[in-house]
Amino acid sequence: MAELMSGFGCFTHAMVRAVPQSLARDALRSGGLEVDLLKVQEEYEEYVSVLKHRLGLEVLELPADEALPDCVFVEDAAVVCGDTALVCRPGAQSRRRETEAVKAALTELGLNIVEMTDESATLEGGDVLFTGREFFVGLSKRTNQRGAEILADTFKDYAVSTVPVQDALHLKSFCSMAGPGLIAIGSSEAAQKALKIMQQMSDHRYDKLTLPDDSAANCIYMNLPSKGDVLLHCTPEEFPESAQVFEKLKDHMLIPVTNQEKAKVDGGLTCCSVLINMKKNI
Amino acid sequence: MTTEVGSESDVKKVPEVQQQTAPASAEPSQEESPSDPEAAASLEPSSPPADGGPKKEKGISRFLPPWLKRQKSQSQDKPGESSAPPKQESVEAVQEEQEEKHGAGAATASTEQTEEEKSIGSADTQPVREEKSEEKEVETKEEEQVIPHEASGLSALKLNKKMKMVVCHVTLLDGSQFSCEVEKRAKGQYLFFQVCEHLNLLEKDYFGLSFKDNAEQRCWLDPTKEIKRQIRNSQWQFAFSVKFYPLDPSQLTEDITRYLLCLQLRQDIASGRLPCSFVTHALLGSYTLQAELGDHDPEEHRLDYISDFQFAPNQTKELEEKVVELHKSHRGMTPAQSDAQFLENAKKLSMYGVDLHHAKDSEGVDIMLGVCANGLLIYKDRLRINRFAWPKILKISYKRSNFYIKIRPGETEQFESTVGFKLPNHRAAKRVWKVCVEHHTFFRLVSPEQPTKTKFLTLGSKFRYSGRTQAQTRQASSLIDRPAPYFQRTSSKRISRSLDGAPVVNVSDYSQAAGAGENGPALELNSDSKSQQVEVVEEPDADAATSISSETAFETDGAGAPERKSKLRVQGENIYVRHSNLMLEDLDKTQEDVLKHQASISELKRSFMEATPDPMPSQWDKRLTGSPATTLRLQAQGSLEEELTSLFLSKACFSGLAGSCSTAAAPAEASKVSAPPASAEVKPEVNGQPEVVEVVEETVVIEEVVKAKPKSPAPEVPATVETECAAEVKEERSLSSDSDSEEEAEYHAQPPTTTTHNNKKKQEPEEEQEAVLIQQAPPSGIESQPITEAAEPAPSAEEEKPAELPEEEVHADEPLATPDEAPNGHALQAKAPPTLRAAPTEEEEPHIVNGSASRVEAEHLPQVICCSEPPVVKTEMVTISDTFAAQKTEISTKEVPIVHTETKTITYEAAQLDGNGDGEPGVLMTAQTITSESLCTTTTTHITKTLKGGLSETRIEKRIVITGDSDIDHDQALAQAIKEAKEQHPDMSVTRVVVHKETELAEDED
Repeated sequence: MAELMSGFGCFTHAMVRAVPQSLARDALRSGGLEVDLLKVQEEYEEYVSVLKHRLGLEVLELPADEALPDCVFVEDAAVVCGDTALVCRPGAQSRRRETEAVKAALTELGLNIVEMTDESATLEGGDVLFTGREFFVGLSKRTNQRGAEILADTFKDYAVSTVPVQDALHLKSFCSMAGPGLIAIGSSEAAQKALKIMQQMSDHRYDKLTLPDDSAANCIYMNLPSKGDVLLHCTPEEFPESAQVFEKLKDHMLIPVTNQEKAKVDGGLTCCSVLINMKKNI
Repeated sequence: MTTEVGSESDVKKVPEVQQQTAPASAEPSQEESPSDPEAAASLEPSSPPADGGPKKEKGISRFLPPWLKRQKSQSQDKPGESSAPPKQESVEAVQEEQEEKHGAGAATASTEQTEEEKSIGSADTQPVREEKSEEKEVETKEEEQVIPHEASGLSALKLNKKMKMVVCHVTLLDGSQFSCEVEKRAKGQYLFFQVCEHLNLLEKDYFGLSFKDNAEQRCWLDPTKEIKRQIRNSQWQFAFSVKFYPLDPSQLTEDITRYLLCLQLRQDIASGRLPCSFVTHALLGSYTLQAELGDHDPEEHRLDYISDFQFAPNQTKELEEKVVELHKSHRGMTPAQSDAQFLENAKKLSMYGVDLHHAKDSEGVDIMLGVCANGLLIYKDRLRINRFAWPKILKISYKRSNFYIKIRPGETEQFESTVGFKLPNHRAAKRVWKVCVEHHTFFRLVSPEQPTKTKFLTLGSKFRYSGRTQAQTRQASSLIDRPAPYFQRTSSKRISRSLDGAPVVNVSDYSQAAGAGENGPALELNSDSKSQQVEVVEEPDADAATSISSETAFETDGAGAPERKSKLRVQGENIYVRHSNLMLEDLDKTQEDVLKHQASISELKRSFMEATPDPMPSQWDKRLTGSPATTLRLQAQGSLEEELTSLFLSKACFSGLAGSCSTAAAPAEASKVSAPPASAEVKPEVNGQPEVVEVVEETVVIEEVVKAKPKSPAPEVPATVETECAAEVKEERSLSSDSDSEEEAEYHAQPPTTTTHNNKKKQEPEEEQEAVLIQQAPPSGIESQPITEAAEPAPSAEEEKPAELPEEEVHADEPLATPDEAPNGHALQAKAPPTLRAAPTEEEEPHIVNGSASRVEAEHLPQVICCSEPPVVKTEMVTISDTFAAQKTEISTKEVPIVHTETKTITYEAAQLDGNGDGEPGVLMTAQTITSESLCTTTTTHITKTLKGGLSETRIEKRIVITGDSDIDHDQALAQAIKEAKEQHPDMSVTRVVVHKETELAEDED
């Protein structure tokens, strides 16, 4: 029986994009750290491998574009929910063109494409948290109110609430969904404040999984046929304390994925893919 | 008098007579109106007042014989002209016409109780008046019948009169029209039940009837109020729709209920009120097809088979194809299952059950307020920018066009904060407030809020959700034991039809889900009054002494006085002013005093109730838990937005308090007298004295007042009641007793009515009263003479003072003029009476005081009728004038009596004066007006010397007008004002505090 808003975490496809060499030198970053391109590429390989081989997703890999040093972080280029894809308008000028290839690929998949034509709107997927029942859109340096409005117009079934983001690049820099109704949240003041706002704004109740490290709160949850709850999360090497927290999730298939190098350019686990469910629910 | 009595009894017995009279008068008026330009002119200006007039009539009318009414009306119109029956009739007719015009919104509720309980006749009368122009023809016929000359075929006519039926057209959810006849005065409930019966719907609490007001805004029909009053001049056209969207439709007991909910949601979706994505439109549309057409039949169902359905605001071919595709997948699903699936999906939509209202935030940014089951949602464009769950909200209120929510402090916050929103207009603000009240109650409370929290002085709308809560309806539904009722799902076209034909007003989707079962903390739902006036009257202790003597006198006169005291005794303590926790702490008052105060208040309330019965239990009673009086119900009419509350704080004046109490009682008694049936209810606390006697006295007083007016030097504009009163007083001394003058006095008395509207309303009531007075006057005068008049002089002085005040008040009050005036007016009246009284007995004095208020008069009237007994005595009148009515032009007439002004009479002062013997008029020593930013304070000092005692009394009356856009803590302000007053005059005692709170009246009020 067809049902709306069911199957949170169900995905069949994942769209990723290769790492351009320009990333090491030109990718935007808040820390000013040196990035080892090889390590980034290794992490990317591992990431794609997990999606493709470990989880059995159909991985759609876009070629890198040297002109777009940040293009590996495809999440920011589009928000896909159900059969609709909203092609974003990144707040970072240098990333605007990342959406072209992404849009083409999504179109090819047969999704309904919605584009942001409003020149005043900015939205990056990293600021969009979809909980299965509603959206939270972080208002950050990269995403503005207008962008959030367009997202709200695109996904009419859902409530779209805005959450101010402070001290972080994106909303999902310190939070993500770790399960149905389970929000992984960092321990920083900014993260906790954002969580409070989200809780206040929501008609739904969420459990929270508090992680000592904000970055560790960025994880990927999936609900796959034959595998059940799957969680891609940080490795103990990166965030030992946070990893221990994840390990307490007994019912999840836990898959630590290295993200150390990409983190230097503000990349989280969620940033590197756009997950899509092509299995028509309705 | 005897004759009158007889007539009265007749009236009671034969309610029809009254009805007849009213209509009859109407006709004459039309005819005569041209002849009486003056009368007409006077009436015309006050269109709003017209409403008030009717109200009063209603309240009083029950007790009055038709002819009396006529007289009253006459007197009002032309005081000078005495009693030409024909003329009177004509006048009345004019009034009625006005009423009809204006009074559509007349108060329904108030009268109802009384009528039901007491006399059928009164009820009949009201309906007649209320009838619209449409029915005028019928009325005319009736009127003719009524007229003695035309006494034929009355029976048939009577029947018509009694059952004035109106055809209501209700658009059902399937787009069909349901017509049903209802009595004109029927409450919303009646029609709603008729519709539910027609639909065979048992789980009806989720639904409601709505109508469009003059501004094309959708309003919910309040089941507890008369339909006519609510729709005003609009058509009797309603829409049956879902009012509370159940959070979990699967918990509904019956399929038919779910079906109706589906129909509503289909409308919501097709109209765009409930936004959906493409997929959702398709899915929901497919369930609709399955439910209405059954399995997809390739043979029969071509693509165009769905062209009659509207699945989305903008329906595309693509969508239709998708719908059909999905429809095919539902094979085998029953209609009930399809509906259930439809609902299971629709309920997840974020805007399901959200009732949106346009507003602006504090910075003027356009936002939307969404009221839902869980609380209040704030949207900017389509984004949710804030949310206030019910548990987070401590209080919701509205003031003018602003809507406020007081937020519970968070974990880290120390103070509660208030968030304000600007609505397009006052009505919109009230509408959103009401919707909030209803949703909070329905979804969050187990049972409708009982005003357990005594809000002693809380003013403002008493509106509360009166239906069953979700919890209650679920419980009731679980008891439904009947075979699933058969119902036919209309064919596809019905939907489109409904959309086309039935205006989908702005849909208000009320939120659904949420913590339905939970008991939430009670919210304070307050509508803020515009301004609160506080009068603090301080009297020197000396007065107190005097007062004591007077008290005794009173007691003597009124045997009941002592009794009252004992009755009143509650555990004293402080008068609790709610809302802001103002504690009028004692000011030295003894418990008894406090009790007395409470009692007096309760009495006032009673009197209100009597005057205008309200369906809803009055909150007052509840508030006054401590006082014995509590038993009485005050009726809080939903329609009345303003409430006046007066507290008299008199430390010293113990007697004074007693007096006031007695006064309060008097009205009640009077009412009893007038309407025997009613009396039982009235009984309340007060009465030990023969009611009749009191009545008589009151009447007398009134007369005096009247006289005064003509003479009255105080020329000041009627606007200020007080002023007028003063004038009256003077006149009284002159001893001219004209019925006409009385009218004026009353008129003024109604003080509150600075506004034209108010005036009109007041006038009407006054007119009635006046008429009564006239009749009574002779008897009363006789009686009164026997009685001593000592007090009179003093009162006059006092009166003068008040008169002055009025002006000031007007000034300060501007916006709220009415309420303020009312209080003053009372005071004035009280004072005035004494002077007038000179001739009359002491007893009269009190009456006089009371007399100022229109209500008093009304009461008097009835009393007069009842008895012409010797005046015994004490008449303390409490006048209650309704500010509410004044403010609202539209406001229902019925309420008129209600309005309260309380005039608490403070007769005791007069009594004291009497003791002194002289009644020198007080000399106004000083009068100053101090205006600060937020408060306007007017201080008037009157010095009155009494001949006998040689005592000088200094009376300071302070009028404080508190106005503000923001959520002012009125109680706090009141407390502060009282405190300051005490500090300023440590040697004086606070005798009286009159709080007049004025709320903006919503034009739509109900």
